[in-house]
Order: sequence, then C-alpha cells, then structure tokens
Amino acid sequence: MNTPAKSKSRTYWLLWAIVSAALTGWLAYGMSFAKLSDSPARATARSLFLPGQTTSGHHQIELACNACHTEAGGGREVLQDACVKCHGAELKEARDSHPKSKFTDPRNAERAAKLDAAYCVTCHVEHKPQMTNAMGVTLPNDYCHICHDDVAKERPSHKGMAFNTCASAGCHNFHDNRALYEDFLLKHAKDPARTEKPILPARDFGKRLDEFSDYPIARYPNVALTRDKADWGTVPSNPKIMDGWLATSHAKAGVNCSACHELTAESGQKNWIDHPTQQVCTACHAAEVKGFTNGKHGMRLAQDLPAMTPSQAQIPMRKDAHDKKLSCITCHGAHRFDTRTAAVDACLTCHNDQHSLAYKTSSHYKLWQKEMSGAASAGSGVSCASCHLPRVEFRTPDDVKRVLVQHNQNDTLRPNEKMIRPVCMSCHSLQDSIDALADRNLIEKNFTGPAQVHVRGIEMAVARDAAAAKSKPKASASDE
Amino acid sequence: MKISFNKRNTLVGVALGLAFSTSAAIAADGWGYKDVADALHLIMDSDRTVYTKLIVNRLQNEEKVIKASEHWKDDKALVLPAQMFRYGSELVAEKGAAFNYSLLSLWPVNKQNAPKTAVEKEGLASVAKTGTPFYKEETLGGKKYFTAIYPDKAVVKACIACHNAHKDSPRTDFKLGDVMGSVVLRLPMK
Repeated sequence: MNTPAKSKSRTYWLLWAIVSAALTGWLAYGMSFAKLSDSPARATARSLFLPGQTTSGHHQIELACNACHTEAGGGREVLQDACVKCHGAELKEARDSHPKSKFTDPRNAERAAKLDAAYCVTCHVEHKPQMTNAMGVTLPNDYCHICHDDVAKERPSHKGMAFNTCASAGCHNFHDNRALYEDFLLKHAKDPARTEKPILPARDFGKRLDEFSDYPIARYPNVALTRDKADWGTVPSNPKIMDGWLATSHAKAGVNCSACHELTAESGQKNWIDHPTQQVCTACHAAEVKGFTNGKHGMRLAQDLPAMTPSQAQIPMRKDAHDKKLSCITCHGAHRFDTRTAAVDACLTCHNDQHSLAYKTSSHYKLWQKEMSGAASAGSGVSCASCHLPRVEFRTPDDVKRVLVQHNQNDTLRPNEKMIRPVCMSCHSLQDSIDALADRNLIEKNFTGPAQVHVRGIEMAVARDAAAAKSKPKASASDE
Repeated sequence: MKISFNKRNTLVGVALGLAFSTSAAIAADGWGYKDVADALHLIMDSDRTVYTKLIVNRLQNEEKVIKASEHWKDDKALVLPAQMFRYGSELVAEKGAAFNYSLLSLWPVNKQNAPKTAVEKEGLASVAKTGTPFYKEETLGGKKYFTAIYPDKAVVKACIACHNAHKDSPRTDFKLGDVMGSVVLRLPMK
C-alpha cells in the first residue's frame, strides 16, 4: 500500500534520476564531438573536464582536448607527438641546444634518469598552475644544476652564481641560444651602439611571384589591373569596394576579384563566395597563414574552434574590442587592406596593456611617424609589427628565399631573446639589445630611455677569450 | 682489409637489418655483435673520411674557396666534419634506431664529449694507446649494451690545424695520423 511518505520518497528518487540523466547527457554532449562548434552549452560542459587552469600558451585551445590528447589514455609518447606537431619545426629552426637525442643517448642515461628531457612534458606539464613558472616550465627554476652543477670548474667566472638565474638573467636559454652563444657574443662584442644602416628588411613577395611553383601566375599574371579588367562577373558592382581594391598591391600585381572570391569545387564547377576565409588567403600566402594559425591570434582556427576574440585574452584588452573575431581581415581589411594599418592601428584597436599604451610615447613610434610621412626612408620606422610580426628571411618549400612577415607573434617573444637577431640587431648592438630585453621596466615603458639592467655575458666571454689566448699562443689555422 | 663494392653493400644491408630488426638476427646466421658493430663503423668511417677529404680539406685547405666553421649557418660556411658526423648520429637517434653512436675524445673541444662511463674511459685510453678497436659490454640505465670503441685518426691537415688552434682544445700538438678521438658505438643486447 502506498503511504504518502513512500510516494514522496519515490518522487525524490525519480527527480534524482531525471537530474542525473540530464547532467550525464549534458556532460556527454560536451565531450561527444571531436570538434567544438559555436555551442556555449557544449563549451561549458567540456570546460568542466579541464583538470586545472591551462597555461597562457595553450588556454585558447584548451577545449580542443584532442589537439594534445590525440588518443584516450595516451601517455607522454602520445603527448610528445602533439608537442612536436606544433613546436617541432620551430625548435629545429632554433638549433635546439637540448635536442631529444641528447637524452636518449645511453651515455647520458644517468642524467636522463634525473631529468628525462627527451619528453617535453618532463619540464612542461599542462594544467598545473600552482607549479608553472615562466615559459610554462613546471620544474623548480634551478633545473640547470641537474646536469651542469660543475659549470664553475670549466668557467670560474660562474662560481657562486645561483642556478635559478641561468635562464632568467638574459644569459642562456634551454632551447634557443642563437643570440647568446659564446662565439656570437665575441663576434659582436665591439659593435657600435647603432648599426651603420638601421633599416629593417623589406617585403619582396611581389617581386618574386615568378619563382613560386604554387603561385597561379598563368591565370593572374603580374600585371597591374584597371577598373575595366575586374572580373566580378554577375555580382553587382560596388564603387567603394572597387576603389579599395584598385588602391592595393593586389590590383597592382594582377590579383583579380576571382582569385579570392571564386572557389573551384571538386567537380570543376566554379562558385562565387562573398566572404572568403583564411583558407582562400592560403592559396598565395600559405606561410603567412601558417604563422598566423601557429600564433596566439589564429591558433583557435587551426583547431577548428570559433575565432579568437580579445575577451578571451589573458592580457589587458580594450573593452570596446572584446567581441572582435580574429581572422586575416580583422587586421588587414578585405579590399582596401593596408599593411600600415595592420602594423600599428590594428594592434592598438585591441591591446590595452602598459607596453602597448606606451608605444606612442616611444622613439620607435617617432621613427615610424617619420617614415609614414615620407620624411625618412622605407624600413626606418618601427611599428608594433616590426618587432612582433617581423619581416624575416624565409625559405619556401620549393627553396625560394624570400622575406616573410612572420605572423606568429610568439616567434620572437618567449623567451624574448629570440627577438635579438631578427629584430633588435637590425639597428642596435648586441649588448644594448640584451640589456634592454632583460629590463622589465624598460619593456613596460616601450623602450623609452636607457636600460637600467646590464647583462655581463659579453664581458665574461671576452675575458675568457683573452685568458685563453694568453695561456695558449694561437697556432695558425691554415694548412701551412 | 680490402672490401669490394658489392661486398660492402651486402655488409651494409645485413648490418642495418640487424641493427633495426630483431628478427633479422636470426636470418643473418653467424653475425655477432662485433660483426655488426664493425660493419656499421666501416660505413661511418668511410663516409666521414670522404666528407673530410673531398669536401672540407679540398675546398677549404687546398682550393681555398670556402671555409668550414662551427657556426656554419651564421658564417655561411661548410659544416665541420665532427658536426657532419654528429648531425648524422642525431638523425639516426631521431628515427628511433636501437643502436647509437657518438664521437668522443680524451682531448675534447666540447667538454660534454669527454669519456664519461667506465667503459668509455677504459676504451678511449686503450684506443689512444694501441690505435686498435676496443670492445666491451656495459650496462647503462638498466640496459645492457655491446660497446665498440674505434680510433678516430687525423686523416688530413684540416683536422689537426683546427684542433691545435681551437681555444677550447686541451691539446695543441696533434700530428697527421694521430688518434684524436674515438667513435663509440652501442648495440643493445638481448
């Protein structure tokens, strides 16, 4: 017989079952699809599975779990593949000072037992905010001592130095020492404060179109187009769009409307699209797009996540820009793209931190204004992009050397000594560059005024070299 | 020992097969660890000599058209023979090979390349003295290896000119034909 108490209890059980089922369903919905679309409900459900706050390097793609966890229950081998997929090429390019082979070599087995750096996750554990230091390192900052505790024996100048300063004082990095290795310090020890010709490299894409094997030069010859040559077919003409396009280097280099707006389907059918994505830009600007999707502005797109918006950033952004969706055209515009706008104004539309806000008071900005007004030569101005999206030497897959705008803003940023060679040394001495980048306050002030930090690396290298020359008269290096 | 081209190729095939696959060990009847190590070293040594003589010594020291430099990328120069060897070894490691090799010396420019394990210390000393290979088993990181240590001699003047002049070189009186270092090759043992 059903008593009222029993009936009440049954109702509670039923309620519990429904709520549980709904919760389970919602959580399963969050994890059910490999790719996350624009569904806030799914994103919220999935975020509950995060084991801890993600580092600044990966937080944007944290909901694309399978970007790193490519196999369920995969250990460090699986994670390693994911690390290398995104960071491998960069490490190779940096001539990694600690490549994997150093740690897989049996003669280093004893060291590898203490620090198995053959795996990225030995030093960079994700989702552990309480133990994450600069550069996403999750080891105590004196990790160098594990293998180099006898450094003072070989280099007495290092005696008494704390091991937590090796990588934080502007002297060494674990992976990238291209601007810090001893012979490089020696080579540039006597450089004048300013280079003879303080000019940044110029873009040369337009001049080398004939050399790229994948550029559609046959359909779009490098000949300037006029209004009557525009191939927008049956699409109603828009004078504003037309004027914008005619003013760009696209029109000047023969890139017609169809180059971006016409997609060829597998069947060969040509379809007009009104709003091309970065996919279309890739056809001619693959290296630029690759940089963009490797960096913080575009990495979400590489994981099929909705575009990055400034509201998701971990550094200060302008409130009125919070909802901007980042793609190629956010900074470049579509038809009247202007690389000058993209180099400063586009950045300051969103970025609102001390360093960005101080830019317009810097001497770099004064140089930029001079160049923009025509009072100084091309390449003499320093914009935000000059340092953060610099023009660097690049070798295409078919071995054409060209100057590329590196659209991965992190390529020269963390650790910031990566900026020394491709950027700072175009105009400044190595010593000044090292000092400025080691001075946190000066960075906040956007390099207004002299550095208050002095890194003694070059002096130490020079002293060591002089001592070696004294103790050993140099034999002739020729074959006499 | 003179080996014909065909025989060398067969040696290479068998050696690589043995080194990469355990099942091949059964197929290559009669091949021991020493034979495999010797065969692998023969290839390394030959390629290394070719690079040193035909590329570096010829172009840098004889024809004087290009220099070889430790900082070859920055200096737009040739890769040093020791670096050529090391990059090859790194590539082998990267490809996941079971065997492993390196170039060490009792007088290393880079101190990381000094002998470290007991067998390396014993072997390098022996090889420097006798000029002949040294073989011994050793256990590293809980794994057993057949370790073969071969003399690495100064084959051209470019070798001794650079090592005698380098500021980090502990020895400055190398002569042609001297044992300057050793190739240390390790094969994992069952």
